[in-house]
Order: sequence, then C-alpha cells, then structure tokens
Amino acid sequence: MQNQSAQPVLQLKGIHKIFPSVHALKGVDFNLYAGEIHALLGENGAGKSTLIKVMTGVYQRDGGEILLEGKPIFPNNTGDAQDLGISTVYQEVNLLPNLTVAQNIYLGREPRRLGLINWNKVNRDAQELLTGYDLDIDVTLPLSGYSIAVQQLIAIARGVDMSAKVLILDEPTASLDADEVQSLFRIMRELKARGIGIAFVTHFLDQVYAVCDRITVLRSAQLVGEFEAATLSRSELIGHMLGKELAELGEHKPQVKTENADALLDVSGITRTATLSPIDIKVGKGEVVGLAGLLGSGRTELCRLIFGVDKKLGGTVIFNGKAVNFSSPRDAIDAGIGLCPEDRKHDGILGQLSIRENMILARQIKQGWWKFISRKEQEAIANQYVKELSIATSDIEKPIEQLSGGNQQKVILARWLAANPSLLILDEPTRGIDIGAHAEIIRLIRKLCDQGLALIVASSELEELVAFSSKVIVLRDRNKVAELDGSDINPQRIMQAIAAS
Amino acid sequence: MNLSKNPNLRRYLWPCAGLLLLLLINAIIAPEFFHIEFKDGRFYGSVIDVLNRAAPVALLAIGMALVIATGGVDLSVGSIMAIAGAASAYYITKGVDNLAIIIGAGLLAGLIAGAINGFLVGYMSIQPIVATLILMVAGRGIAQLMNEGQIVTFDHAGFAFLGTGDFLGLPFPVVLVIITFVIVQLLTRKTALGLYIEAVGANPSASHYMGLNAKAIKMSVYCVAGLCAALAGMIAAADIKGSDANNAGLWLELDAILAVVIGGASLMGGRFSIFLAVIGALIIQTLSVTIILSGIPPKFNLLIKASAIIIVLLMQSPLFQKQLSQLNIWKKKEANHA
Repeated sequence: MQNQSAQPVLQLKGIHKIFPSVHALKGVDFNLYAGEIHALLGENGAGKSTLIKVMTGVYQRDGGEILLEGKPIFPNNTGDAQDLGISTVYQEVNLLPNLTVAQNIYLGREPRRLGLINWNKVNRDAQELLTGYDLDIDVTLPLSGYSIAVQQLIAIARGVDMSAKVLILDEPTASLDADEVQSLFRIMRELKARGIGIAFVTHFLDQVYAVCDRITVLRSAQLVGEFEAATLSRSELIGHMLGKELAELGEHKPQVKTENADALLDVSGITRTATLSPIDIKVGKGEVVGLAGLLGSGRTELCRLIFGVDKKLGGTVIFNGKAVNFSSPRDAIDAGIGLCPEDRKHDGILGQLSIRENMILARQIKQGWWKFISRKEQEAIANQYVKELSIATSDIEKPIEQLSGGNQQKVILARWLAANPSLLILDEPTRGIDIGAHAEIIRLIRKLCDQGLALIVASSELEELVAFSSKVIVLRDRNKVAELDGSDINPQRIMQAIAAS
Repeated sequence: MNLSKNPNLRRYLWPCAGLLLLLLINAIIAPEFFHIEFKDGRFYGSVIDVLNRAAPVALLAIGMALVIATGGVDLSVGSIMAIAGAASAYYITKGVDNLAIIIGAGLLAGLIAGAINGFLVGYMSIQPIVATLILMVAGRGIAQLMNEGQIVTFDHAGFAFLGTGDFLGLPFPVVLVIITFVIVQLLTRKTALGLYIEAVGANPSASHYMGLNAKAIKMSVYCVAGLCAALAGMIAAADIKGSDANNAGLWLELDAILAVVIGGASLMGGRFSIFLAVIGALIIQTLSVTIILSGIPPKFNLLIKASAIIIVLLMQSPLFQKQLSQLNIWKKKEANHA
C-alpha cells in the first residue's frame, strides 16, 4: 500500500466546473498516490465523468488546482494530458479498429528509419510489449478482430507505454465477462506494482472491493469523502453514494390509499430475457410506487417495458381492468400512460423547438394529426403549465434547449400532463437538476398524486423515494428483491435491500 | 425593431434581404428589369421570366424542404423529373389524348419513385444520401428505357400548356408552384404534420417516446418530394415538347438542396419553411440573371454564383452574426471614447 506521507502523484484541489445550466463540480478534491488503485464512485450525475474530463484536459476547470507530482498542470486537451503522463482508457475503446494492433499501439509515434516508418520494429516492439502483459496475440492483424476485452488491454498497454504515471480507467469492465474482468484485474495489479497510480471508475461494487485500495465518493457534484476500502462496509459505501440523511424534503408522508385503491396497473411476471427477470408490480389510483436500485439494476428497463418502448417477452399487463399488450409507446399513450425518460437530452427534449411545441406535442399525437390544436389553444396550454409548474421563462416561444435542466424537466412533465394520462412513469426525474428545482419537482409529484394520478418513479435518491412513495420496489441485478410499504419505507431498509448479498 | 429577440422573424430576414438586394442590383444595372408589359392576356418582363424559370427548382425545393426537415436528403429528384417526363411522353406517343391519363402517369411515376425512397430510408433505415443515390443513378436509366434510348418529341397542345401556357396572366409553371405551395403549406401548418416532421428531425428518439411513427412520416415526405419532382419534370418536358432522359432535370437536385439551405434550413433536420425554400430558389435564379445582365464574361458565372451563395450562407450563420455584432459594439465603444 502507498505511503500516506508521500505526496500524491496526482492531486486535485477544490475543483470547480460550471456549465451554463449546472454547477457540475463544487470544490472537489481527489488524491491519487503512486502504486494504488483508487475507485471513483458515485451515481450518474454525481460528477465522476466531469472530474475525469477535467483531469484529462477534455474540460478546463473553472476553479481549483491540479498538481502532478507537486507541480501545477493545465492540460488543454487529452494530448497535453497524455504528454504529461496521464493516460485514459474509456469504456468504448477509442482506437482505430481497421488498423493492426501494432499500428494502434505506435500510432502517432512510429519508430522511423531514414524518415520512413520502420514497420518491422513496430511489429517486433508491439509483440514484445504485449508479451509483457501475457497477451499472446498476432499484432499484425486488425484490432477489430479481437474482443473488446483484448482491445481494452491493448489500449491500456498503449497508454502505459507512453510513459504513464497515472492511468484512468473509465468503466472499462462494463462490457467484459467475468474471466475478462479477472485478466484486466491481474494487469491492473501488475501496473500498480510498477508504481503507476490507477483511478478506476465503475458501477460494480464487487469489483471495487476486489481490486481497489481506496475509494473516493462523489454525490451531487460534491465530495462525500475518501475511504480505505478495507475498513468501509458495503452498506456504508452505498449510504455514501446515495445519501443517507433525510434532506429538507420533510417527513415521509406517503399518500397511502393502498387498501381501497383499485389496481390501475397490474403487471405480473413482465420480463425481457437478459435485461429483466420476471417482475410483478401493482399501482393503484393516486398511488406513487418508487423503484429503487443502483444504476443498471433494471429500473430503466422496467419503465421501458411497461411503456412499450421495448417489447416484453413474457408476463401480462392489466391496465384499467383490461389486458393490454403495448407494442409501441403510441399504444401506451393511447391507453393513458406517459413516460418521462431518464436521458432528458437524448430522449426527452426537442432542442430546437419551442417550449410551447414541446409541451403540446404528446397531446397532439394522442388526438391525431388532423385534429390540429390551434395556435391559440397551444398558447393557452403552454401558458397554463408555465404558471402551474412555475417554469422560469419569459417567453413560451424560446427554444427549450435554452432552459436550465430543471426547467426542461418541468416542460417534459407538462408535456405529459397536457396529454392527460392516468399513469405517469418518471425515470430519474431529478437527475442533473439543481436543488431548488429538485424540491419543486418532488412537491409536484405529491400534488399530482393527491389529484388522483398514479405514478411510478424510478430514482437513485433514497430520501426522494422516501418522501413520496406509498410503496417501494427494490431492484438488484435486474431482479425484484424487495417490496416495502408503510413504516418499512425508510432509507436504511431500502439500502439494506439494495446492499444485501 | 428588435430582431435579435425574435428568432422567428430573424429566420426570414436574411434570405428575403438577399433576394431584395439582388433584385435591386438588377434594377440598377438594367433599368428595364422591373418593366412588365401586359400583352395578349399575359404579363411579359424580366421578373416574370425569373419566376417562370425558377419554377422547376422551386417545386423541387418545396419537397426537398420537407425531406431535409426530417434530417434526410433526396438526391434523386432530378432523375425523378426525367422519369415523370418520360412517363407522360410514353402515353402521348402511344396516342393517348386524355390529359388526365398523361399527367396521372407522370405523377404516379413520381409517387412510386418517392415511395421507393421513403421505404429505403424509413423502413430499411438506409442512410438517405445512399438510399436516394440509387434512384439518382438508376432513375435516368429507367427513363432511357421508357424512351427506348431516344429523345422523344411529341405534340400535344394540352400537355404543352403545363410548360408554356398561362393562367390569369401568369405563366402556368408559376401557377403550379403557387398551387403546390398553398397545398403543402395547408397540409403542414393547418394540421399537425409540419410539427411532426420537425419533431422527427429535431430528435428522433424523443419523438419515438412520444409515440410518433417516424417511418410513416419519412415515407410521406419522400412521396411528397417525388410528386413535386414529377410536376417539375412534366413542366420541363412540356416546355421543350419532348422527353430527354439524359438532360431533363440534370443537377437540379443540387440546386434544390442549395435553395433549401439558402432558405436557412439545417441539413441536420428540424425547423423548415417552404416559403424560405421558394425564396432560396428565386435567389438562385435571380443571381443567374444578375450575372448575365451585368455583362460579366460567362466564364466567371460559376465562381460568382458560388461567392454570392457563400455570402448569403455566412450572413445566416449564428457564429458570423455574433462576431459581426461584436464588431459593431467595439466600434460603438470606440466612438464613445472619441
């Protein structure tokens, strides 16, 4: 283990990063020592990837200091960072698949003889280098012929060969199988023994405990803390990641109507092999069902399945007393369901179009294209929701992309409310939005369910789920592992269910 | 006038200003440019000429504007013109006199061609530029087969009217543009279709989550583009009283794309305005006339055309506008200091 008194090889102090709509890093510290494997953890939107991009020069910091071996550095791009000795390997291998393995390893720094590239040396050196990693492959074949795992290792070998002092691995294991993960770990430990500092980003806690010495946790753009892996229990870690303390959102006051509620939605055994094991879920009128679980636990998959984005491969869905079989979102919308997707930018907003158009579109589609909602009605609808949801904008004709994340989310909510659904599914409705808008959206969820709307809300924020859910379903590894109600709905119980192994 | 505050108004400013500027230049170098005569129940003059000659590209641009709004492009419209012209010529030379059949054949050919494009792009998810390239190349071959390798000439007064007739004093091609414009405008702006097209172009994934059927929408815009091209092709054939598979509509798909881009549309899809696309077509045609009128040797034509288009496009670029306005502020500051 590293010597704590030594200075870190890479030290980030009080890093700030501010984007037009969000403060993505609020004074975050990160200390990486030579010869350690250091996990960087946090749920989506916590600021992990922003922090890495600051380290590697993709983003320029708006405050704070980066010290490499005690000297301040200012990488302007990934090339700068690479030259300084900071190499990064991403989940998606960013090498050139059509070139040979050897060409990839020496790309941009080919050994030359009389001004011409010495291909023999390229191939010989590459072969030698990879043999050092116990990788016995033909370096003269195209990279694309090898598995992603091997490509990852090649990318690591290339990075380290370019005199890396620091190696950043950004979710390298996401697409690897168990054996491949093991060989990656073997090489990580070898590099650690050589004195390289490795920062490791992953969502798999097992892997963190298998290979990491220390853990830094980020949450909501802030540093939660730096911990020794050996002394931090798994449930403590999850607590740090998800946030233990009940925030200012107030007491748990679920709109419990479970006893007399008719089941509006009754899903049993819904499944999609490989992405979701059979799951039952029942939602009554005026009820909020929370979906808890870490990223990749199957929350989003379940939402998509219910809404007909993906086709279910088994199970039955009864909605409003009728057996239904949605083969597209359109079917679900016509039946009276709405879905605010997790990835707002990619699946939610129509960036160039105005706030008004974004709001009325779902309702228009439900009505049919020939029953055009007149401009006057559109404006009335838009103005009504801008007021009701207190959306901060001076003009409903503004393109939605100019709004902050929180206001964009409110517009998407308004879009579905305008379509008058009886069940609304919200997938991570508060991701990446500021605290003020966060609290407002939670108030809104409570109000909607008071008005009799049924909701399914997937969230990685426990205090949020506790604040409005009348029932919480906990998912782990694409399985339903618990269903909590009444006084069982508290952060500790949910966390236990998520962590139990 | 606060244009910077109103993006909708600003979109219309530069293309319209560009057209007005070109017209103004024409009027200065050729004072008779705006002179219009009324003779034998029909208007004559340079401006009427510009409108008449711009008609085929304007028709193509109307269809192209919709296709580009979905994030696509249709390279085959020039070839569809040749197919439609050949289809009409085929029936005329076979002795069919019924104008409805002759025109119907042309339109049907355009519709089928558009449906093939729409099927490849919408349902087979082939990249639009590749999918429509197929018909761009094959289309002229089909037209040649229909003409049996010849330039087919014909004489049919009713059909010739499409290219050379007049209605209410205006050349009939211009009337066809106006009718097409009104129909497409009503279809897209008085129903939700226009919004659907823009939504699919702006964010296909989000549109899917809202239940839009992007496949059907893409299919329909390529069909409209095919119909518009068929009209343009019949005008071209009627104009020369013949079907020339090799040259009818040659390269006009590029003019149509250019017209839409000059009209301020993004090739990435999203917002569209068929009005601005037509303005774009008029700019292209007016510019050709300007070059001829100004007496510049013809060898400079293409270069001047390209330069003028670069200027129009630069004026529309948000980045360029920003830098221009910063330049203004700087000058004002200087003036204040002085």
